[in-house]
Amino acid sequence: MTNVAVHLEAQQPSLQAHAHDAIATGAAHEKGQQHPIKLYLVVWGWLFVLSACSYLVDYFGLQGYLRWSLILLFMMLKAGLIVAVFMHMAWERLALAYAILLPPVLVLVFVAIMVFESEYTHLIRVLFFASPT
Amino acid sequence: MAETALTNPGESPARAAGWQGIAADWSSDQRAFKNVSWGKAMMWIFLLSDTFIFSCFLLSYMTARMSTTVPWPNPSEVFALTIGGHHIPLILIAIMTFVLISSSGTMAMAVNFGYRRDRTKTAVLMLVTAALGAMFVGMQAFEWTKLIMEGVRPWENPWGAAQFGSSFFMITGFHGTHVTFGVIFLVAIARKVWRGDFDHGRRGFFTSRKGNYEIVEIMGLYWHFVDLVWVFIFAFFYLW
Repeated sequence: MTNVAVHLEAQQPSLQAHAHDAIATGAAHEKGQQHPIKLYLVVWGWLFVLSACSYLVDYFGLQGYLRWSLILLFMMLKAGLIVAVFMHMAWERLALAYAILLPPVLVLVFVAIMVFESEYTHLIRVLFFASPT
Repeated sequence: MAETALTNPGESPARAAGWQGIAADWSSDQRAFKNVSWGKAMMWIFLLSDTFIFSCFLLSYMTARMSTTVPWPNPSEVFALTIGGHHIPLILIAIMTFVLISSSGTMAMAVNFGYRRDRTKTAVLMLVTAALGAMFVGMQAFEWTKLIMEGVRPWENPWGAAQFGSSFFMITGFHGTHVTFGVIFLVAIARKVWRGDFDHGRRGFFTSRKGNYEIVEIMGLYWHFVDLVWVFIFAFFYLW
């Protein structure tokens, strides 16, 4: 069985170049991430559009909840496109995707803690700094 | 035997997808990342740790901004430029954003041509990426100079809360450092691609595996991450 495999490798030099890696990484990944160039150009275009949109939010001076929701929406869309397509996360196995993408979500807990903390600090500052006694 | 001969050497049996795949991969008593090389996995894990560093910076900025009783300087005005008699808010930051996104686009294409073993196009696209990155750092240097001339310091600024300066220099400085190191590594890897190190299997930094252009993708992961961080800095620091 092994002999046959070695024989095959010898016949196909391109395979042989990858042989070491193929054993280590599995044949599905053998040729690396191969996608049409058009896909990257389309994503590039979308990133330009989304950046322009988030810039226009500031340019037209939108305020309040509309501003925050638009900024966050464009930010998440851009981040998603970069991670999924440019960094090829969409084509990786879920074991890697979840290992990398879930931990940053936990930062939101930290955000919540610091929001409480800074509102408390702000309250104390207002009470003791602002009012002349 | 005939069936065996048709099988690719080293090909493993089909793997489960979805949640079963995650459980199977992680409980296999082997490597958890089945079709990802160690180099790529380690770059991802490094980027994860870097994510936490930048998260902490942005969090400390949020805490400073939320807890101060002094008004925060308006970034839209602070980073405005007067070009040809027109006062345009945030224009330099917008240009920097487009430059960095463009560099990400060229990098993604460099990775693609790398896997197609098109040495010239890969090297040229990587050098274009490096040039755009250097342009970004140059514009950031201009921005820093302008703000320092206007009297922004880590401990004070003319417009409001003192923490504005420290947050600004810390966050953009750390990001700019990442871009700078990215440019250096891009040029180094582009030189190896150009010389054909990955085709000849020349011994050296990251090039001992013959015919493997994966290092271009790993470099790309780092570069796209730098762009990704800028997306968050742009949203939270400049637009908020």
